[in-house]
Amino acid sequence: MTAATSIEPVPVAAPPGRWPAFNDVRVITRRNIKRILRTPQLVVSASLQPVLFVVMFRYIFGGVIHPAGMSYADYLLPGIFVESMLFGATTAVALATDLRSGIVDRFRSLPIARSAVLIGRTLADATRNVIAVAVLVAAGTLVGFRFNNGAIAALGALALVMAIGFVFCWVSATIGLTVKDPETAQITGLLATIPLIFASSAFVPPGSMPGWLQAFANNQPVSVVVNAVRALTQGGPVFHWFWLSAAWCAGILLVFVPLAVRRYRQV
Amino acid sequence: MRTDSGPGGEPGIEVHGLRKRFGTTTALDNVDLVVETGQVLALLGPNGAGKTTLVRILATLLSADAGTARVAGFDVVGQAGRVRAAIGLTGQFAAIDDLLSGRENLEMVGELSHLPHREALRRARELLEQFELVDAGDRQTRTYSGGMRRRLDLAACLIARPPVVVLDEPTTGLDPASRFGLWQVIDNLAGAGTTVLLTTQYLEEADRLARRIAVIDRGRIVAEGSPDELKRQLGGEVVELAADDDRTLDAAATALEPLSAGQLHVDRQSRRATIPAPDGPSTLMAALCRLDAAGVRVDDIGLRRPSLDDVFLHLTRRDSALAEPAGGTR
Repeated sequence: MTAATSIEPVPVAAPPGRWPAFNDVRVITRRNIKRILRTPQLVVSASLQPVLFVVMFRYIFGGVIHPAGMSYADYLLPGIFVESMLFGATTAVALATDLRSGIVDRFRSLPIARSAVLIGRTLADATRNVIAVAVLVAAGTLVGFRFNNGAIAALGALALVMAIGFVFCWVSATIGLTVKDPETAQITGLLATIPLIFASSAFVPPGSMPGWLQAFANNQPVSVVVNAVRALTQGGPVFHWFWLSAAWCAGILLVFVPLAVRRYRQV
Repeated sequence: MRTDSGPGGEPGIEVHGLRKRFGTTTALDNVDLVVETGQVLALLGPNGAGKTTLVRILATLLSADAGTARVAGFDVVGQAGRVRAAIGLTGQFAAIDDLLSGRENLEMVGELSHLPHREALRRARELLEQFELVDAGDRQTRTYSGGMRRRLDLAACLIARPPVVVLDEPTTGLDPASRFGLWQVIDNLAGAGTTVLLTTQYLEEADRLARRIAVIDRGRIVAEGSPDELKRQLGGEVVELAADDDRTLDAAATALEPLSAGQLHVDRQSRRATIPAPDGPSTLMAALCRLDAAGVRVDDIGLRRPSLDDVFLHLTRRDSALAEPAGGTR
């Protein structure tokens, strides 16, 4: 077919630059952020849910819960911050929706890094968390929560909240790529997060729980991160909880990033 | 200048001994297929024949159990990245983002194909014009009709001017006008020297677009050749009759069966029956005599050249006993 070579279309694609994967992540993150901004109803409901929790826990349970050394509002908000990151991790639903729509096939047939689709997704979802955190800071202030440990520690607390949000997006991504159906992804995500959130130090001190549950509640990652955020906002053994939190974040990423990428390759 | 076509002289698509099983189902059973550079090949087969499986293996979305596949000279397993840069894929369902505008979809795919930013914008503008989507270009694609979505999907797969384009049932579910529009696009691609593999259930489409047709059934390529070569396999003319109702059709089929040498085809949907006519007008005369003797009055009867439908039904053994209302044709 040498005669045809003269009219064969010549691809105009530039050779991949030094950081082609960086370009791919940027393009896909931008696409996902556009999708988030164009479904404002989702952003609103995702931000209202933790506010509802703040009001309910503060005024329904707050009267009977007396944590040592701080007001219940100061105790509660670190828990809600972390809770909102876990409940708000809609990565599973978003990825399952993309799988169903066929756009993932488009991405997979393009010459891009396979991890770029997942990194772009989790980065966009973590960015959306900024809105939820801002709303919560405002709602918390209204019910009596204060950052009592200085501005730098307060920023550290919010950074840690954002970090656990990003980390949990990868857990959620693995769930979404495993169940592959938006409705199932939503329910599976809740099933995975509810025990972690409630059997923790997020809303009540674990001291009132039975011994076997305390052992879990005192050591699982949600409690560790909540304790770190509490120490950063209210004072306490900051370094102990901060390093434990960092170790949990790193550990979860080490397990779930490869797991999610492998699932993605197999879908 | 860089070209992503393979080392000189290699076919656009080359498949050898490809096998794929899903559980106990054999989707591809030792498939061999070659599409020369610049050629349009139609892969024709009923639902579940293995067309989509083959397409997904070529597009590196699925791995085969055995065999090799090369696209633009690159191996789909060992050089998957090069294959993805060289192939444009349009699947059975439009793979576009419903919350992005048509223009944003095209720009995104352009940038993910590593076009320079300005080139991605320029190509997106050009393709919106070419596919008559300029007016809708800045609307979210969830407002698009089915035909517009398919056009945009096809435009997206062409944005980086891939030398090989794979289209999986691109016109299924489209209205006639949209189908005709897509046919013109495929003609243009062929005219520009792009290698095209097109899967379809529509014989008319394969006949219209492709110079070579491969018929696939139950994971096997059962015939390959030009439309004329395939038609010749049936051995010339047929006698075809059309009946007013099912009872007449059955009576006519019974009357003609002895003439048919076991090659009687009955299509209940169109109430038509055909038998080979090796002796041309004499076979027609014999058929008329038999119908007359049996007292069957048919609506229409005549001699005609075999259509691809005949070839297809013959090759995939959808005989009268097995014919289903939706069996593989329109």
